[in-house]
Amino acid sequence: MKKTLALVLAMMMAATMLLTGCGSSGEERVVNVCSWGEYIDEDLIYQFEEETGIKVNYQTAESNEALYSLLKTGAGDYDVIVPSDYMIGRLIAEDMLAELNYDNIPNYAKIGDQYKGLSFDPDNKYTVPYTWGTLGIIYNTTMVDAPITSWDAMFDEKYAGQVLMIRNSRDALAAALLNLGYDINTTDEAQIREAYQLLSGAKNAGVYQAFVMDEVFQKMEGGNAAIAMYYAGDYLTMLENNPDLAYVVPEEGSNWFVDAMCVLKDAQHKTEAEEWINFIAGTDACLANMDYIWYASPNTEALEQYPAYYQETYGEALDMGLYEIMAAPQEVRDRCALYENLPAETLTLYNDLWTELGI
Amino acid sequence: MKNKLSHFAIPYVIWMALFVVVPIIMVVLYAFSAAGGGFTLANFARMGTYAVVFLRSFKLALIATAVCLLIGYPVSYMMSKEGPQFQRLAMVLIMLPMWMNFLLRTYSWMSILENNGLLNQLFQKIGLIALYNQVFGTDLQYFRLINTQGAVVLGMVYNYLPFMILPIYSVIIKLDRSLIEAARDLGANTFNVFRRVILPLSLPGVLSGITMVFVPSVSTFAISKMLGGGTEMMLGDLIEQQFLGGAYNPQLGAAISLVMMVIVVVCMWVMNRFGEGEEQAVMM
Repeated sequence: MKKTLALVLAMMMAATMLLTGCGSSGEERVVNVCSWGEYIDEDLIYQFEEETGIKVNYQTAESNEALYSLLKTGAGDYDVIVPSDYMIGRLIAEDMLAELNYDNIPNYAKIGDQYKGLSFDPDNKYTVPYTWGTLGIIYNTTMVDAPITSWDAMFDEKYAGQVLMIRNSRDALAAALLNLGYDINTTDEAQIREAYQLLSGAKNAGVYQAFVMDEVFQKMEGGNAAIAMYYAGDYLTMLENNPDLAYVVPEEGSNWFVDAMCVLKDAQHKTEAEEWINFIAGTDACLANMDYIWYASPNTEALEQYPAYYQETYGEALDMGLYEIMAAPQEVRDRCALYENLPAETLTLYNDLWTELGI
Repeated sequence: MKNKLSHFAIPYVIWMALFVVVPIIMVVLYAFSAAGGGFTLANFARMGTYAVVFLRSFKLALIATAVCLLIGYPVSYMMSKEGPQFQRLAMVLIMLPMWMNFLLRTYSWMSILENNGLLNQLFQKIGLIALYNQVFGTDLQYFRLINTQGAVVLGMVYNYLPFMILPIYSVIIKLDRSLIEAARDLGANTFNVFRRVILPLSLPGVLSGITMVFVPSVSTFAISKMLGGGTEMMLGDLIEQQFLGGAYNPQLGAAISLVMMVIVVVCMWVMNRFGEGEEQAVMM
């Protein structure tokens, strides 16, 4: 019996060592990064590993909410994460992020001022912006009678059965709030309920063919739906497969978002994390990333150099119309707002309404 | 002898404890606790609002299970009657799709069923849609295949059918041939041999097949999202939303999971009791 017990203990130890990834190998420098899928030019990872000798464990999460859940349950053992604005606000409020030492991140100076001091990190203590972009409407020009300009299109019975609503309560309700002329960060229950009525009315009238996230690529590229709301960077990816698609930031305004790199409070490799952040914020890395994922970089140099970089890489001029969709000009951004972290009651209301919509 | 065996069983017991018992205990603990800690029944008080979702999930899972049984049983029965070569080939064909990831397979069904997908293009080419429009005086551009409950059931049947066929087949193939011969000798015709010998003896396979199809069907969320269009939530979606949705509410998620598990266990228990009764009746 004793022998068995010893065996079992040995097995359990072996198992824990496997699970924790053998923390004892000491010397090797590691950084654990968690980002979104298809959200980096992977060559950058190898380049960083070669230059610094730091091994990068690159993982992805499905959404801000999934990332939050991983962090809360302690399942995610990350150093660097790349959440969006409103989630950063929430993580800061819950004291989960570490203050950065910007002396170790000289490339932070290249980040444009308009991406600094934003509502989620007003004193620039926790974040280095990674990408930014807009939320808008993607439509198939061969399937609509006139160019789409307004959020009305997402609720209009004229296109019943041809509209794809986003499967994310925050974005879906934002479209309805904007269409009603309200602020996307409102905490006024009556306004949110009114937006919900608009959404559920359209759903009951059969406007929505489906509620989608990544399925949107296949459906819009294949001409299976006329109208969808999604992110600018993803529109550019779809456009490569279907030239009939167009993108608009509606006249009522929209959401513009910033995804930023942060270090977790209980990160084991803070120095390595800051080295990684500095590398990624550099102009070369930003250019490579922009070219790969089609999301605009907050690095001013990279943003300015991109058209030339494109010309050099592909031997043809960059379509400036597309460039302006990726990196929305100031007048477009003026009618857009960042999401802010909502108070818990409002989040619960969002969740309850969203469930009600699905029932 | 018995003692020795139990030594070998220790790793399995530990495995089960770590990965089955502990998680279930955690689900129960979470289900009865409030967000800030402390005992509460509030999570269950909200269950009434979700009755529609429960009903929809159980309905679709039941239909999918019934269809799997209707297809799976004859297939297993016929396979078992063929030669070994055919059986091997059939087995490979049944298993082959399972070498591919489940999500990929479901994703391909999307491109088949889409409004502008493979099937609708085929119907267009062969003039089926035009014919339908002529006969019924409609003006359809395509048949609505995807984003329906039917598509969800199709996805479940396609993905889980092997789990129905395999247990039934492995039971039928091991049937004692002499019992069938004895039945024949005693004057039973083919139908009676099937009804009174083969069917009752294959019931354990049928029961495990039903369990293996019904349980994953009732809790699926990927299939309903991809093929159902996400307009009508199923239990899996509802639970997922509590963990990965905007409002992180694992307590409510655990409560819904717990209620679902209890209902499933009760269903399985009733069914197995019914199964035992059948077998005993046959024995007598």
